[in-house]
Amino acid sequence: MSASSDHQDSVFSHVVQAPEDPILGVTVAYNKDPNPIKLNLGVGAYRTEEGKPLVLNVVRRAEQMLVNDQSRVKEYLPIIGLSDFNKSSAKLIFGADSTAIQENRVTTVQCLSGTGSLRVGAEFLARHYHEHTIYIPQPTWGNHPKIFNLAGLSVKPYRYYNPQTRGLDFQGLLEDLGAAPSGAIVLLHACAHNPTGVDPTLDQWEQIRQLMRSKGLLPFFDSAYQGFASGSLDADAQSVRMFVADGGECLAAQSYAKNMGLYGERVGALSIVCKTADVASRVESQLKMVIRPMYSNPPIHGASIVAVILKDRDLYNEWTVELKAMADRIISMRKQLFDALQAKGMAYKLLFTLVIHVCTPGDWSHIIKQIGMFTFTGLNTEQVAFMTREYHIYMTSDGRISMAGLNSRKVPHLADAIHAAVASIA
Amino acid sequence: MLPPSSYLYMMGNFGLQILVIVISFLQSLGRITMAVAVDVSRFESITMAPPDPILGVSEAFRADTHEMKLNLGVGAYRTEELQPYVLGVVKKAENLMLERGEFKEYLPIEGLAAFNKATAELLLGADNPIIKQQRIATVQGLSGTGSLRLAAALIERYFTGAKVLISSPTWGNHKNIFNDARVPWSEYRYYDPKTVGLDFDGMISDIKAAPEGSFILLHGCAHNPTGIDPTPEQWEAIADVIQEKNHIPFFDVAYQGFASGSLDADASSVRLFAARGMELLVAQSYSKNLGLYAERIGAINVVCSSADAAARVKSQLKRIARPMYSNPPVHGARIVANVVGDPALFNEWKEEMELMAGRIKSVRQKLYDSICAKDKSGKDWSYILKQIGMFSFTGLNRAQSDNMTDKWHVYMTKDGRISLAGLSAAKCEYLADAIIDSFYNVS
Repeated sequence: MSASSDHQDSVFSHVVQAPEDPILGVTVAYNKDPNPIKLNLGVGAYRTEEGKPLVLNVVRRAEQMLVNDQSRVKEYLPIIGLSDFNKSSAKLIFGADSTAIQENRVTTVQCLSGTGSLRVGAEFLARHYHEHTIYIPQPTWGNHPKIFNLAGLSVKPYRYYNPQTRGLDFQGLLEDLGAAPSGAIVLLHACAHNPTGVDPTLDQWEQIRQLMRSKGLLPFFDSAYQGFASGSLDADAQSVRMFVADGGECLAAQSYAKNMGLYGERVGALSIVCKTADVASRVESQLKMVIRPMYSNPPIHGASIVAVILKDRDLYNEWTVELKAMADRIISMRKQLFDALQAKGMAYKLLFTLVIHVCTPGDWSHIIKQIGMFTFTGLNTEQVAFMTREYHIYMTSDGRISMAGLNSRKVPHLADAIHAAVASIA
Repeated sequence: MLPPSSYLYMMGNFGLQILVIVISFLQSLGRITMAVAVDVSRFESITMAPPDPILGVSEAFRADTHEMKLNLGVGAYRTEELQPYVLGVVKKAENLMLERGEFKEYLPIEGLAAFNKATAELLLGADNPIIKQQRIATVQGLSGTGSLRLAAALIERYFTGAKVLISSPTWGNHKNIFNDARVPWSEYRYYDPKTVGLDFDGMISDIKAAPEGSFILLHGCAHNPTGIDPTPEQWEAIADVIQEKNHIPFFDVAYQGFASGSLDADASSVRLFAARGMELLVAQSYSKNLGLYAERIGAINVVCSSADAAARVKSQLKRIARPMYSNPPVHGARIVANVVGDPALFNEWKEEMELMAGRIKSVRQKLYDSICAKDKSGKDWSYILKQIGMFSFTGLNRAQSDNMTDKWHVYMTKDGRISLAGLSAAKCEYLADAIIDSFYNVS
C-alpha cells in the first residue's frame, strides 16, 4: 500500500483557488509587508493611539470573574444561546422600557456576531417569508450580498451613496424603496453605515419608516456599531427604536465585535420583533431549526462576558465610558485628518484634479461629516493601489479607510499619501 | 333606474369613502401615519417546530421533579457524582491565557493557526508524512456540527449531485445538516437488531451499491448512537470497497480518546485510510474529549493527494465560512492550542482522558453485571460490553424507551440509546431494574 499518491488524480482537481476575501485579505497583505512605515486601514478593528489592539478593562474584569468562578461549567448552551445574554441584548437595542419586549413580542437568539445573526435571519426568511428579495444599500459591506445569496435570498440594490455630494442620495433611496414590491425585505444599517459613514438624519429615518410601512416592506437592521458611532448607545439605536415603536415587525442583527471589542469571540444576537407573543414563540422554534444543523448551539465565552457586563450596573457604566472614549478618539482622528488635508491645500488641488468626476468644490469635509469607524475617501481603485504600492497604506479598493486604525503620528503620512495619489492619478 | 354598473360604482365609491374615514380616524389616533394598519403578522402562518429530539431530552429532564430521575440523554460527560466536569488542563490553560492578557482580534477565516496545526497532528500523528507534505487542509469549525456543515457545503458546491451515505442509524443531526446544505443522502445498513451488533455484510453491500464517487460517512470510533465499531479487519474491508468504487471516506471523529482512552488508538481507522493514500474528509470535535462542549471547537480536515489540492480546498472552505460567520471563535481554539502544544499539559490531558474513558468502561461493566444478576432468563446482554464509547444501544424499542421515561424517570433518546457518561455506579442497579422491566413488560 503506497503512502504517496502523487500519481493519483485528486478528486479535488476541479477545485480552483479562491481569491482572498477582499476585506480580510487586506490584513493578510498588510501582515506580509516588511516595511515599517506600513499602515493598516483595512478591516474595521479598533486601534489605540499607540496603534495597538484594545481589550476593554471591563472585558478583562468580566473574564477574570468568569475564570475565577469555580461553579462555572462548559455544558452546551441551549440552541438559542445564553438566556441572560439574549434578554440583555434585546434591552440594549430596543430600550429597557420597550413595550415590544414587555409584551413578549421579541424573540432574541444568540448568534455568531453580526455575520452569524444576518445569516440565521436570512435563512429563516428564505424558508418562512413569502418575499425572497432583499434590498441592500449601494454600496454596502462586501459580505452582505454573499450572506443573503447563500441563505437563498436574491439581492437587489437601492440607491444610497451619492459620490458627488459624498452624502446620502435620499431621493434615490425613496424612489428605489418606493418601487420595491410590497413585502420586500430591506437591509438598513442602524448607524455608522459601512463603508460610507453616511447616515440618514432622524427626519429622513422617519420618512423612510413611513414609506416602508406604507409598502409593507420588512426592515432588517444591521447594528454593528451601537455606541460606536456617536458615543451614545441610545442615540445610535434611534433608527431601530423608531420602527419598533410603530408596532410593526422587523429583524435586527446585533454585533458586540466593535462596541465591546469582542471581535474574535464572535458574539452577537438576532432579534425578530413580531406582532404577537404567540408568533414570536413560533418564530423562535423555527430559528432553532436553522441553527441546529449549522452549528448546534453558540459559543459560550463571549456571550458570558457580555452578560456579566450588561447585568452589572458598575461594569455597564464603565463600559459606556470606555465606549465613548473609543468613539471620541475616532472623531478626533477625523478632525486631524481633515485639518492635515486642508493644510496641504488639498481643496485647491482637488478642485482641479477631481472636477472631471465631481461637481462639489474640492473639500474634504465629508471626512468629518461621516460617522463611525469608516470614511469613504472618494479615492478610486487606481489611487488606492498607488497608496498601497508607494506608501504602504492598506485599505479596501473602494476607497474606504478605517479611522479606527489611524493615530496622530500617522496622520501626516496618510495625508501625504492621499495628496500624492490624487496628484498623480486622475 | 340606473344601470347596475352605476350602483356598483356608487357602492364602491361609498366603500372607499368609509375606508378613507376609517384610515383618517386611525391616523388621528397617532397609531399609524401614511400607512394602512397591518394587524396580521407577516409570520402568522409559521407553525411551531418540534423540539430537538436529543437536546429536548435534557429540557424534559430538567422539568421532572422525581428524586430518582436520571438523565441518559445527551452525550455530555458526568462525574460519578453526576456533575459536569471541566478538565483540570482546561482550567490551567484558561488561567494562562488570562495571565498573558491576550488580544481578542478576529482570527483568520480558517481559524487559529496553532490550533489547526495541533489538530491535524492529533488526528494523523505528528510525524505523519501527510503533514510534512502539506497535503492536509485544516479549517477550524464550530465543533463537530459546524465542521460537518462546512464539508457538506463543499460537497454541494464541488460535487453537486454526489450523495452522502450515512449509517442506519446515525446521530440524529447528520441528516439535518445534509438536508440544509442540500446534499442528497441515503443510508447504508449498519445496526443489526437481531445481534445488537454490526450488520457488516449489509454495510459492505450498500457501500458497493452506491453510485461511484459517493461520500461515505463513517464514525471514526465510538459510533453514535450504537457504540458498535468495526474491528480493524472490518475497517480494512470497508476501505477496500470504498477504494474499489472511488468513493470518498468522510469521517466524523467526535470521540477521539474517549472510546478506548487512547488518542492514538481511537484515530487508527482514520490513519488506516490515510496510510493507503486515500483522500478523505474528517470532521473533528473537542466537545467531549476536552470537555469544551459550549466553546464550539472543532475542525474540518481534508486530506488530499497533493499540497496544491489541499491549498485550493482550504481556500474554498474559507469562502464557505465567510458568509456563514466570518471567522470562528477564538477562546476554545486557544485552549486546545495551549493544551496540545504544551508537553506537560498534553500528558495531563491524556491522563484525564483515561480517567473519563475509564469511568465509562467501569459503569458499562457494572450495568452489565447488575442486569445479569437480576435477569435469570438467560438472555445474552453481552452486547452491552462489546459496545464502546459514551453510548450504549440498549436494544429497547420506542415504546420501551418511553416506559423508561414515563415509569422510571430515565431520560434517553427514543432509539434506545443511553449515554453511559450520565450514569453513576450508584445508579446502575436502578437502571438495570428499569431496563429489565421495559424489555420484558412492554412491547
